[in-house]
Amino acid sequence: MGNKQTIFTPEQLDAYQDCTFFTRKEILRLFYRYRDLAPQLVPLDYTDKPDVTLPYELIGSMPELKDNPFRQRIAEVFSADGDGNMTLDDFLDMFSVLSEMAPRDLKAYYAFKIYDFNNDDYICKSDLAKTVNKLTRNELTPEEVSLVCEKVIYEADADNDGKLSLEDFQHMIIRAPDFL
Amino acid sequence: EKDKEDESSEEDNCSQQNTASRRKNYQKKNSDGKKAGEEGSQQRERGKKAPTKDQKESENKEKKTNKKGKEGENKQKKDRKNSTSSSSSNSSDEESLSEEELAMLMEQVEQKKKLISTMRNKPWRMVKKLSVLREAQAFVEKFEGALGKGKGKKLYAYKMMMAKKWVKFKRDFDNFKTQCIPWEMKIKEVESHFGSSVASYFIFLRWMYGVNLVLFGLIFGLVIIPEVLMGMPYGSMPRKTVPRAEQARAMDFSVLWDFEGYIKYSALFYGYYNNQRTIGWLKYRLPMAYFMVGISVFGYSLMVVIRTMARNANESTADGDDDNFTFSWKMFTSWDYLIGNPETADNKFASITTSFKESIVDEQESNKDENIHLRRFLRVLANVLIICCLCGSGYLIYFVVKRSQTFSKMQNVGWYERNEVEIVMSLLGMFCPPLFETIAALENYHPRIGLKWQLGRIFALFLGNLYTFLLALMDDVNEKLAEEDVVKNITHWTLLGHHNLSAGNNSAATPPPLDPADVPRGPCWETTVGIEFVRLTVSDILVTFITILVGDFIRACFVRFVNYCWCWDLEAGFPSYAEFDISGNVLGLVFNQGMIWMGSFYAPGLVGINVLRLLTSMYFQCWAVMSSNVPHARVFKASKSNNFYMGLLLLILFLSLLPVAYTIMTLPPSFDCGPFSGKKRMYDVIQETIELDFPLFVAKIFSYVANPGLIIPAILLMVLAIYYLNAVAEAYQRANAELKKKMQMQREEEKNKRNNKASTNPMLQDLEDLFTPSTKSESHPKQAEDKKIESPNRTSPVGKQGKAAALDGSPMTGGRGPAFTPPPHVFMTQPLTPGVRAPYLGQPRPRGYPLGPVPGRGRGQPRY
Repeated sequence: MGNKQTIFTPEQLDAYQDCTFFTRKEILRLFYRYRDLAPQLVPLDYTDKPDVTLPYELIGSMPELKDNPFRQRIAEVFSADGDGNMTLDDFLDMFSVLSEMAPRDLKAYYAFKIYDFNNDDYICKSDLAKTVNKLTRNELTPEEVSLVCEKVIYEADADNDGKLSLEDFQHMIIRAPDFL
Repeated sequence: EKDKEDESSEEDNCSQQNTASRRKNYQKKNSDGKKAGEEGSQQRERGKKAPTKDQKESENKEKKTNKKGKEGENKQKKDRKNSTSSSSSNSSDEESLSEEELAMLMEQVEQKKKLISTMRNKPWRMVKKLSVLREAQAFVEKFEGALGKGKGKKLYAYKMMMAKKWVKFKRDFDNFKTQCIPWEMKIKEVESHFGSSVASYFIFLRWMYGVNLVLFGLIFGLVIIPEVLMGMPYGSMPRKTVPRAEQARAMDFSVLWDFEGYIKYSALFYGYYNNQRTIGWLKYRLPMAYFMVGISVFGYSLMVVIRTMARNANESTADGDDDNFTFSWKMFTSWDYLIGNPETADNKFASITTSFKESIVDEQESNKDENIHLRRFLRVLANVLIICCLCGSGYLIYFVVKRSQTFSKMQNVGWYERNEVEIVMSLLGMFCPPLFETIAALENYHPRIGLKWQLGRIFALFLGNLYTFLLALMDDVNEKLAEEDVVKNITHWTLLGHHNLSAGNNSAATPPPLDPADVPRGPCWETTVGIEFVRLTVSDILVTFITILVGDFIRACFVRFVNYCWCWDLEAGFPSYAEFDISGNVLGLVFNQGMIWMGSFYAPGLVGINVLRLLTSMYFQCWAVMSSNVPHARVFKASKSNNFYMGLLLLILFLSLLPVAYTIMTLPPSFDCGPFSGKKRMYDVIQETIELDFPLFVAKIFSYVANPGLIIPAILLMVLAIYYLNAVAEAYQRANAELKKKMQMQREEEKNKRNNKASTNPMLQDLEDLFTPSTKSESHPKQAEDKKIESPNRTSPVGKQGKAAALDGSPMTGGRGPAFTPPPHVFMTQPLTPGVRAPYLGQPRPRGYPLGPVPGRGRGQPRY
């Protein structure tokens, strides 16, 4: 393979490989994906760690996220500033966690953060209602939504505090057959 | 040292549960100064992940060592970045290190290394990960050299260097390996358009391609290429020559298409191989290699399938039978994060909405009897219909096979009569699955369960067809065997007569050999079987491709372009576009593979054909699915562990092993073709090799090992081992179920208690006042909350708690001690609901009800 790439130093690439689930090539491919979102903003040389941030509008328009009802939440959770604006590091982080190589408990942790809309470390009823509405595009009546939320709390809330903590969530989700 | 380690890990277990409260706590403490703040954040991380704990511990130890090592520079240490601060006095450190410090340092280095290797599993931001990584690496780098003394030091350094090289090599190799995985992008594209279930078919196809490539390498490298390079050339002997009668038409396309003519007498088929014991200057033992490759094809396939199944089983922690979490799972896991296509997304939204509505309806009226009866009736009806179809198709094949036997005795039969069996089988395979699918619509299962039923049914259909076909083939083979005896005599006499004739003419000269094309020869049943399988495979390929072309592509074109001038909406109405038929395609692939396994012993070239088929079908089907199919109306996700496919494959592998093993063990090989000609049985080749090529004692050992007196005990032992392992697995499963039940009951009880508390609270307020005046002032939820916050501060009780949890056996409930401890008034309500407690009496409950009055339950009291 031609060692033409000067975007990262080898040390940087090694460090990224230690910190993500990706191989060298995948990291470079992700970098190009990142750069393609805004070629004029992102420099081709990352050896001196430029401080570049892409706004959420660009991140959310990626085909991977475009049709996802939770795209805004995902971007918010993974971005350093919490508004969905991402640096390359955040970007790599996001794809690393969402990739199929990531272990389930890591995914569960981030899934919890994604579903925790108001960032209070618990999934409460309003979070659940938001989730249902996003999943069904508001097709359910409010009564149905509240019924569903109550059922979820009833099923998964092991310590009876009326909201789901991270442990409740992990306990429930790790055993789900569909959870990838 | 070890004890401490254990205890701390337990503490860790427990502290994980209290993460949230810890966090608050430490945030409070943040104001205490930078150092404390850092510790706090560190602790917070530690709560999330067990291994992180090690890091902290190691850092503490590190501090300790450094303190000893350089007392004078203590001031510098405020920095906490010890790895950098201590670098200046590294050399002085070395001398003063004692044995145990060395050991400690070694441990720290190991821990750092562990941290580096698990870095990617930490839920931190990338910046943080990078900096911690750099720190850890620097630490390891620096202190690695300090370890070991004198000679040992050099060795240690060398070992470390090799380890580093090894890690680097492994990473490079992994990079290389992922680069070698073909079609990754293609499959991802399909995945984003059609969801993961369709993609799982393509992943399966790719896996199959890999397996076949290995088989292909095995057969071509060890059998076909040596024979072509070193064996006798074409035309040198009867079995390698087209007979005189066929020579005129041997190159015609119609003949070649039936795999007769030149193809029949080529290295693609069993009959071409010579029974010479060694060939070429390498003295390559071809018959032996042929036999061993035939066996190892099965051996390798079995191994690969079982290994994949075991890996899948390990990965899937889920046991889908748990229906405690219907709504939760629906809510949190129903979205397929791989969807990247608006149309699919629309379908997905619709299907999620329906499924929610369905379960709401189910929940609201759990007693809808008529519906259940109707559904049951429909399911029974569907099964009856499908059994009728299966019987019908079985009879049809039986009928056709019988007819083909009469056809084969007649002369001058047409193309249709010759290929009737194949055509009927292909047509059945083409039309039955859609029929089944239509019938299955009656049953109204969840698509994933429906898919399994559908697969099972098609499997039964194909299996019936295949075995009917095999039986017919066996009849054929028996006939050929009878015929062979006659031909054998004729050949013998012909050769003898020729010899006599030439000997009589001129006795001095050696007789000119008879032209190989003129020698009469036997029917060679092995080649016939091979040809049958190749024909079946090729016709299967053609039918598959034509079905895709007509059923998907032409239909899509028609719907798309004729829609402009048609009286109803073709796209939304009747024909519409085709969906990708996962079950049919998977089964087609599985059965095709079964055919390859069966046929490859008698037609070594078959695997080559299959590799080509899989390659083209990868591209062709990818194209077809992207160009002319629409996403499923009820998009669903494939489970990660698709052991179902693998199970089918294993079954087929076993079923295809049976006939091959039977023919090898019981039928005599043909006398004038193939690598085993002249032997009584094919496996005689092994005995021959052992006797001629190995020293005597090997033959002796072999004869002992092959003794039934040894084999039967060995088999018995294996059966016993299987029985034992099975029993152990069952016991584990039972214990698991027991634990689950226990947790469930505990939860129910808690819930009931809570409800009771809500109802009886006002009533009991007064009573409570009398008993515990001191606690009344606090409201109870708040009390629980406070306890939670407090617990991490007092490390030793927490540690004990952790131990208690470990004893309890269910770590999930263990750590949450404070929350579970019932407030005193709850205890008071207990006598009102004896029914709830009843099932629990037998269970050990280490932290159950504080019997006896709880004096002064203030904050910060140990609760046991």
